[in-house]
Amino acid sequence: MLLTFTNGVHPQEFKSWTNNSPVERLPFFADYVIPLSQHIGAPSKSLVRKGQYVARGEKIAEPGAYVSVAYHSPVDGVVSAVELAEHPGGKMVPSIKIKADPFSSQRLEKKPIDWKSLTKKEFADHLQNSGMVGLGGAAFPSHVKFAVPDDKKCDYLIINGCECEPFLTADHRVMAEYPLEVMRGIEMLQYFLTPKKTFIGIEANKKDAINILQLEANKHPELAVEIVSLEVKYPQGAEKMLISAILTNEVPSGTIPLDGGYLVSNVGTVAAIAEYFDSGKPLIERVVTVSGSNIKRPANLLVPIGTSMQELLNACGGFKSSDFGDSARILLGGPMMGMAQKSLDVPVVKGTSGVLALGVLEVPGRNTFQCIRCGRCLEACPMFLNPSTLGLLAKKGLYEEMLEENLMDCMECASCSYVCPSGIPLVQSFRVAKAVNRERKVA
Amino acid sequence: MKKELILSTSPFLHDSATTPWIMFQVIYALIPIIAAAAYFFGMSALLLIAVTVLACLVTERIFTAAKQEEPSSLKDGSAVLTGILLALTLPPGFPLWMAFLGGLAAIGMGKMIWGGLGQNIFNPALLGRAFLQSSFPTAITTWSVPDGQFFSFRGTNLALPFFQGESLDSATSATPLALMKFQQEGTEWFKLLMGNTSGSLGETSAALLLLVGVYLGMRRVFDWRIPVSIILTVTVLSSIFYVINAERFPSPDFMLLSGGLLLGAIFMATDPVTSPYTPKGVWYFGFGIGFLVVLIRLFGGLPEGVMYAVLLMNSVTPLLNKLTRKRVYGHLKNG
Ligand code: SF4
Ligand code: SF4
Repeated sequence: MLLTFTNGVHPQEFKSWTNNSPVERLPFFADYVIPLSQHIGAPSKSLVRKGQYVARGEKIAEPGAYVSVAYHSPVDGVVSAVELAEHPGGKMVPSIKIKADPFSSQRLEKKPIDWKSLTKKEFADHLQNSGMVGLGGAAFPSHVKFAVPDDKKCDYLIINGCECEPFLTADHRVMAEYPLEVMRGIEMLQYFLTPKKTFIGIEANKKDAINILQLEANKHPELAVEIVSLEVKYPQGAEKMLISAILTNEVPSGTIPLDGGYLVSNVGTVAAIAEYFDSGKPLIERVVTVSGSNIKRPANLLVPIGTSMQELLNACGGFKSSDFGDSARILLGGPMMGMAQKSLDVPVVKGTSGVLALGVLEVPGRNTFQCIRCGRCLEACPMFLNPSTLGLLAKKGLYEEMLEENLMDCMECASCSYVCPSGIPLVQSFRVAKAVNRERKVA
Repeated sequence: MKKELILSTSPFLHDSATTPWIMFQVIYALIPIIAAAAYFFGMSALLLIAVTVLACLVTERIFTAAKQEEPSSLKDGSAVLTGILLALTLPPGFPLWMAFLGGLAAIGMGKMIWGGLGQNIFNPALLGRAFLQSSFPTAITTWSVPDGQFFSFRGTNLALPFFQGESLDSATSATPLALMKFQQEGTEWFKLLMGNTSGSLGETSAALLLLVGVYLGMRRVFDWRIPVSIILTVTVLSSIFYVINAERFPSPDFMLLSGGLLLGAIFMATDPVTSPYTPKGVWYFGFGIGFLVVLIRLFGGLPEGVMYAVLLMNSVTPLLNKLTRKRVYGHLKNG
């Protein structure tokens, strides 16, 4: 019996296009743009000036506050500008532009770090200075995540290898190809967090990754890592759902997982942390899945942070059809929670887990009908909310009344919108409602 | 490529089941039932269905036009479905003009005045049936005797007795010998149904109804828990009564096979709009219907218990939804 949470949905996976494609290293291109707020938190401060030569891995920006991280150059090159540039989120943010040295190599002037001699505080400082953020998509600074306050304790360290979003296979490939790094990262985290138990949760559709990691775990019995196969179900990779699946506990509303002793970390982040301490390589590249029915050559790529989206897509053969139908879209992240992209003139950032070009195949046109009270959304919602009622309230603009229907417990997983046969934009209207309520509160 | 890309917000994937898909799945599943009705009752069955469907579509169109809405609601299949379901509750010799009025009432009173699809409290088809029951109590309970007597009531449908009589005759005579046994069983069964006050278009073949029900439940078109809980409740309750006094109370299999119970449990009670949507509420809804059916049939003196049972439970559906709200994840209590 595979473990899982209650409710959820089963979207088509679309993973077979890339789940057996080994990670390929993307060559360097001419231009890189490093936005200084790719993470959640305060923007970082540039340390470089126009015309300055920077080496690959060199620190080019320092944290702007506690919840903020450093940035490093992904290539050898010259800073061509420090100015506003478009961020994948659509906003213009301060960014460092780098013209790559045509002879830039993959060489890195870095040394391993003797992490065992570090204190907890020093470990966190290292994470902050390595630019480490959660690679699952949210890009929350890792040093904040792993800084367990004195009154709290990480009892259960849960490594998230679910990758429940359709299409994405970046974490899958990391687990299959970098099991050593994953295990090393766990060793480091265990050293500083001293959890009672460590799990790696993986959806059962990644058999090879489960086997490979199990072999690796067997080599390190002292780490006592338990690999848990989970049912393939969306949103299995949501923190709360993963905790519920593995430990059959709920995370009380209004608390964070750490209050209950749980710490969940994306598997790619763990591997990146290991790489940093073992080789000194800061977070300057990440694995990105490029896929979708409108991509000529879907692939998993090791992409330098700051690579232009256009170059990345070109490297995958570009679009099959440049004639975008009514429903074709370019997405960052997965199709359930990802963001549509209006321009390809933006860089790959630390939180970019996938770039998808969807065609009519995946996104057929949809009509909207009235709610037929079929209850499908209620049985999909992993938070046990009533999206139907929330949706009716949202339609009438009764945003404050939605709070009584526990709007704030909604984690915007989009399962409700996915199943609704009437095509009602449920989660879409919940996002609006949350934003309006936030503004009303401030005003 | 400098083309504007299309922007919208996630999710970008959707389940393949859409509201029209659900409606049409039910309509397709009704085709064998309609065929059976035509087999047993001839043209009159088809005429009745055609008339009620037409009435429903016309009414829906008029209301949407009055509200200046797009006529798209015609395409969602729900009006057609209501029309067919209404016809299936009618006796085969029912006057067509009355049936037309029934369709009008079903969509007009049962759905549109509530605000259209999804807004109504009561099952539209059954509401139309209830309207006919109160308006034409004699015509709608005149099932059993296939002679001219019924039609002296309304002289306008002279063609009907002819069709009905003929189809029944041919059904018994044209069957090959090899099927004799089956035919006899079928006939007895049929007689059982007709012997009671029931015998509407949709009650012809219990086996067919069950088969179609299982299919729809398995395809997750409707909530299988509703028919299952109704049938369970009726079986258990009527067995208890039967054991207590077999002379006075009918046997459970009679209860299950008669009076449109299966038709009601599979096609009326499962209407998503008028049944609860909470996992627990669905069970209570089914138990409630089963309980009321047995109560009304055994003690109420009303033969058509199913219709009232479903309509009654429809009225408490909003309450059931409220009472059976699921505890929100991470909350200690409901609410
Ligand atoms: S209501 Fe929120 S949490 Fe529930 S399914 Fe919809 S988006 Fe997910
Ligand atoms: S899934 Fe859509 S139609 Fe069904 S109850 Fe929820 S909101 Fe209504």
